[in-house]
Amino acid sequence: MMLEGRVKRTYIISTIVENRPGVLHKASNMFRCRGFNIDSISVGATERKDLSRMTITIRGDSATVEQLVKQLAKLIDVIKVSVLSPGSTVVRELALVKLYVADGRARSDIINYANVFRSRVVDVAPGSITVEVTGSPDKIDAFITLASTFGIKEIARTGITALVRG
Amino acid sequence: MVEMSGSQALIEALYKEKVEVIFGLPGGAIIPVYDVLLDSKIRHILGRHEQSVAHMAEGFARASGRVGVCMATSGPGATNLVTGIANAYMDSSSVVAMTGQVPTSMIGRDAFQEVDIIGITTPITKHNFQPKYASEIPKTVKMAFHIASTGRPGPVLIDIPKDVQNQTADMVFPNKVEIQGYNPNISPHPLQVKKAIDLLTKAEKPIIMAGGGVILSNTSQKLQAIVELLLAPVITTLMSKGCFPENHPLSLGVLGMHGSAEANKLISEADVILAAGVRFSDRTTGKLDEFCPDAKIIHIDIDPSEIGKNKAIDVPIVGDLSKTFDMLYDSLAKRLEKREDSPWLKKVRQTREEFKGIIIDQGKGLSPPKLLKKLRELLPNNSVITTEVGQNQMWASLYFKVFEPRTFISSGGLGTMGFGFPAAIGAKVARPDVPVIDIAGDGSFGMTANSLATSVVEKIPVIVVILNNSMLGMVAQWQRLFYNRRYSAVELGVAPDFVKLAEAFGAQGFRIGSIDEFTKVVKGALKSEVTTVIDVPISPEENVFPMVPAGKGLKDTIYG
Repeated sequence: MMLEGRVKRTYIISTIVENRPGVLHKASNMFRCRGFNIDSISVGATERKDLSRMTITIRGDSATVEQLVKQLAKLIDVIKVSVLSPGSTVVRELALVKLYVADGRARSDIINYANVFRSRVVDVAPGSITVEVTGSPDKIDAFITLASTFGIKEIARTGITALVRG
Repeated sequence: MVEMSGSQALIEALYKEKVEVIFGLPGGAIIPVYDVLLDSKIRHILGRHEQSVAHMAEGFARASGRVGVCMATSGPGATNLVTGIANAYMDSSSVVAMTGQVPTSMIGRDAFQEVDIIGITTPITKHNFQPKYASEIPKTVKMAFHIASTGRPGPVLIDIPKDVQNQTADMVFPNKVEIQGYNPNISPHPLQVKKAIDLLTKAEKPIIMAGGGVILSNTSQKLQAIVELLLAPVITTLMSKGCFPENHPLSLGVLGMHGSAEANKLISEADVILAAGVRFSDRTTGKLDEFCPDAKIIHIDIDPSEIGKNKAIDVPIVGDLSKTFDMLYDSLAKRLEKREDSPWLKKVRQTREEFKGIIIDQGKGLSPPKLLKKLRELLPNNSVITTEVGQNQMWASLYFKVFEPRTFISSGGLGTMGFGFPAAIGAKVARPDVPVIDIAGDGSFGMTANSLATSVVEKIPVIVVILNNSMLGMVAQWQRLFYNRRYSAVELGVAPDFVKLAEAFGAQGFRIGSIDEFTKVVKGALKSEVTTVIDVPISPEENVFPMVPAGKGLKDTIYG
């Protein structure tokens, strides 16, 4: 039981919070104070104006995640906390990847790869090209690995957002 | 609906919360509130430093079971409150702190006396608020008191920009508030209670570890009923000292780094521990891996995040202690037969006898254990004791027996030197009918001794007993025991002369040289209408024993 509690994996925690100034600070401050090292956090609107959704990913053991969930739930501005199970969750992340373009051949290669990944070219400039990739974090990692052969100028990832299926 | 200013709404809302007293210190950014306060029925007690007003509010809260209220201005007023707020947070005390703030148009511009007190206090408050419109004030106050006083209590801060204090609005004062993300009334899960009952009825060597939660939930009597049914000895923590009468045959005293010898020994032998309202702090458990590794632990707490935070638990019960004790008692009463004695209790008695010879009054003459035992004899049982932090506190914990809840008030989690004296003033305001005594050290008392002015001017007479070793005694003890007697920055010298200091403030001061003198002076002080400072010179070499060295397990207790 203890051993099982110490196996590390990635957890996705979905949180409904009050949509008001300072709430993100309270949550992120708690992570820092209590030594939780989170991988990503994304905050955005929900179907209700007065609520926001905060999606947090953390790599840790189950005991750490249990404590994180309890500490989040303890915040007065936090209304609901759930740990999403990977099998029944739709997970998406968006990344903007800006690549160096050496010549016309590289440019058409990148466009081809982008199509294979069902990604979109969103900006073309003389020395660079920017691709928008959406999908699971694994898919984005795969695209970035491939794209790195062209030389990556900049990357911006949103961190993941997620919803339970059904 | 009634039109009034934010300040008027604030005072009105406090009045509706039945606030009778505010401990505070004004400044530029809170003058509008003080202006309204002048015409209010609420008493204001003027502190001499904001740290002290926060401790006074906490002393008031802990002695009365009500919410303590303190107030300060923006900037340095607010930052000075911080230690007091952190203390209340660590010890789960219901305190509402209010601070003035620069006007909303100036926030973020580094205005005069501007500080981000919301940011600063986020990790040390249960919640904090900064109303941006005067109309939010009534609801904010209602929520602040609700949050501070329910569930696991804690401090709440309301930071009010000056323009919001002045702004007028149509005010609505709600009688109740619903906070979506806050549901403090938690009933224990019956299945978990059943598991606890199964363990407790089979236990051969049960121990009850009662924590500060017992005092906060006012469940001392329910605890006692369960204890007598189970015939389980009771160990308290520093925070719960007094929740179970220490002259009861089943009381083992306080557990921990300076716990009683029998508490530290017997908990390690227990097979089932019923831990109620505790948080397994490091000063209580010693090295966690070695803390009762073989015992089954039942942990009841209203704060789910406490369960499993420090110690793995066999039977977690999230719930209100009062409801949980009721359920436990009802089931236990059905399942257990009334007993008179058990082999475990024989063992308890035997262990006590064993330690009787080991734990003696160390030191000659005016030794702290002797003084504190004498002090206990001189005081009525319902006297309220506060302590400073350090050796004085641990001697008080070990040698001053407490019989009633809310009569022992000490800075447990934060260990704030300077806490005891202002807390005593706050406690005396809450309990003017009983003597209030601060058991102090010279180092700690010096930190907030200017509260003598408050105590004298506001006519709040308390007694301060300074166990004066002219040292930062606890640090000196560690340096003596673990740093080869290399005393670094612990010698305070004989400054100040505490008798003259007391007299300078209009209090009375005595220096005593014998137990007889001590008796006489305490008796006089109990009859006096003015604050009394009793300076008791003790040996600077005196150690507090028993002691579990930092990072060691309870079994590594040093007895002297």
